[in-house]
Amino acid sequence: MVDGLVFKSEDLASATESASLTRGLGRSYGDSSLPAGAETPVADATAADRLLDFDPDSGVLRAEAGASLFDLNRIFLHRGWFVPVSPGTQFVTLGGMAASDVHGKNHHVDGCFGEHVRGLKIRVADGRIVECSDSSELELFRATIGGMGLTGHILEVEFTMRRIASPWIWGESERIKNLDLMVSGLKEAARDWPMTVGWVDCLARGDHLGRGILMKGRWARPEEAPTKPPSRKGRIRVPFEFPAVALCKPSMKAFNLAYYWKHFQHVRRGILHPDAFFYPLDALDDWNLIYGRRGFTQYQCVLPHADDNGPARRFLELFVSAGGMGFLCVIKDCGAEGKGVLSFPRSGMSIAMDFPIHPSKTQIIVDRLNELVIAEGGRIYLTKDTFTRAEHFRAMEPRLEKFTAVRRKWDPELRIRSAQSVRLLGDRA
Amino acid sequence: MKAVLFGATKGMGRALARLMAARGDRLCLLGRSAEDLERSARDLEIRGAQGPVATAFCDLLQPESFAPALEKAERELEGFDAVVVTAGVMAPQEEMENDPQLAARLLAADFTNTVLFCEESRRRLLEKTGGTLCVFSSVAGERGRKPVILYGAAKAGLSQYLEGLDHKFRSRGLRTVCVKPGFVKTGMTAGLKPPPFAGEPEAVARRVLRAIDRGRPVVYAPAAWRGVMFVIRNLPRLVMRRIEF
Repeated sequence: MVDGLVFKSEDLASATESASLTRGLGRSYGDSSLPAGAETPVADATAADRLLDFDPDSGVLRAEAGASLFDLNRIFLHRGWFVPVSPGTQFVTLGGMAASDVHGKNHHVDGCFGEHVRGLKIRVADGRIVECSDSSELELFRATIGGMGLTGHILEVEFTMRRIASPWIWGESERIKNLDLMVSGLKEAARDWPMTVGWVDCLARGDHLGRGILMKGRWARPEEAPTKPPSRKGRIRVPFEFPAVALCKPSMKAFNLAYYWKHFQHVRRGILHPDAFFYPLDALDDWNLIYGRRGFTQYQCVLPHADDNGPARRFLELFVSAGGMGFLCVIKDCGAEGKGVLSFPRSGMSIAMDFPIHPSKTQIIVDRLNELVIAEGGRIYLTKDTFTRAEHFRAMEPRLEKFTAVRRKWDPELRIRSAQSVRLLGDRA
Repeated sequence: MKAVLFGATKGMGRALARLMAARGDRLCLLGRSAEDLERSARDLEIRGAQGPVATAFCDLLQPESFAPALEKAERELEGFDAVVVTAGVMAPQEEMENDPQLAARLLAADFTNTVLFCEESRRRLLEKTGGTLCVFSSVAGERGRKPVILYGAAKAGLSQYLEGLDHKFRSRGLRTVCVKPGFVKTGMTAGLKPPPFAGEPEAVARRVLRAIDRGRPVVYAPAAWRGVMFVIRNLPRLVMRRIEF
């Protein structure tokens, strides 16, 4: 919990007039949507959620930045349309998707969300409202994609929706014995499948290190899919914060073991509900309460490919030896770098790890992981980050200079800032 | 259903209009800003409203705008069978105590002019075969309370008026629905600390739409506020004088 001033209004253009940052649904794990200080107001975009224009011939949709992916799915999925790129939760806004330049299970073929954004309407620091795209104010456009909201307040987003053959997923999942097989399995699956991701049991050790489940999917063809549209899934609400013991090592081990062996056949194939495929965690409302009061953090980085599967192995080994207790670990091969100046993905393996926060250990673990990421030539995902030190971030981000230059051009006094930019970029609080 | 919505570009009205659009109703939006109305109309069309969503200028502070607005709605929709009023004015009690003009504006908007708008709608609905008049009053009208003295007084008058309408005209086909929202998290209440039982606009809208379809004369939303207000109505004066609620 942090104290702060929030302006929420259906009229985002006026709510952003005196705000120092705009936030969406607040699902970033880190501090990127939190105010720089208790006196710096933040605009809440979620009430500005109107869809402004949709062309059913081209799929181009323009909407206010607070429109949520949940809303879009509810409206468009059964009509045969889906967002070109979806992150792992649907409780995100379009503005947030652009600011984080989110990626999904199809990154190896379709890139980030930003690749499909045609234009943005932005309120920049001096109060002007600017329309930017690849053909107008290109620099601002590209710095804003993946720019964590630091270049201006995103008011409207225009992007291209994708036609889908049916609203159902045809999926195949495979139990994988260890990390080597997981990494090569992902690389191989990328050739035939538009969507892939791996779940790794990060409490397994030794020969089993990196064992998990490899999931592959594509939109089902009409003749394979059930004739009825997917039902709206009921969500279960987590009723209270779990006590800290719920996350002791044995219970986490039991969870991971159960998840692994629940998949008792070697390979499973079949039709999947799109929510189950894209948003498994959204089935639990407020699921983060499971992590208790102290909370948890996620660490996500991308490591460039090497000839062997060494980088991912070194990462997991370091995490385990540093005393990290991973609750959930997701691995995904990324395609080429996108057009966002600070966009996270690059060609390589992305690893995301959820672990409970420990008052003294977490900072040390993150520091050591960051040192490894720097040595491997990788980088971290700002949307997930809470603990990285400024000097580590600078060392892994040669692109920062370009980003800062664009930001300073549009906002010389650096009025637009967040708790994260105070921590990583040295902005004033 | 063919519905005219006054104040549906924001908050609970927006949520209700979206539910009506999703099930394919025909809609006409009334409001002050042409640009804002157009943006909301496009939103509702994309969400499934039948045909183009019509718009007309209407200002709660200008009663002379009511008749032309409803006339235009009638023309564009070729008649309507429901009118929903969510428009209203809200101001902090303390500010109004020191600003009689602000107080006058709120009292005129939330009582006199809302009633005049309802009268205009009532006449037009009764000229045809009747229909539904759904108006957003408030739980603030249930009991005189320190933080909402003037606003509550206007809403009390409005609720009383709607009850009278219901008694007199229901037999002739006019179904009056008086909505009494408790605290709902909208732009209007942004910045206030939500009390227990605070509701989301969409859940409120679902409940109100059910009440419209069934013609229920009074609906509390969220439902828990019926119980909360039962207790508050029955608190002794001695207690009401001491609490700040």
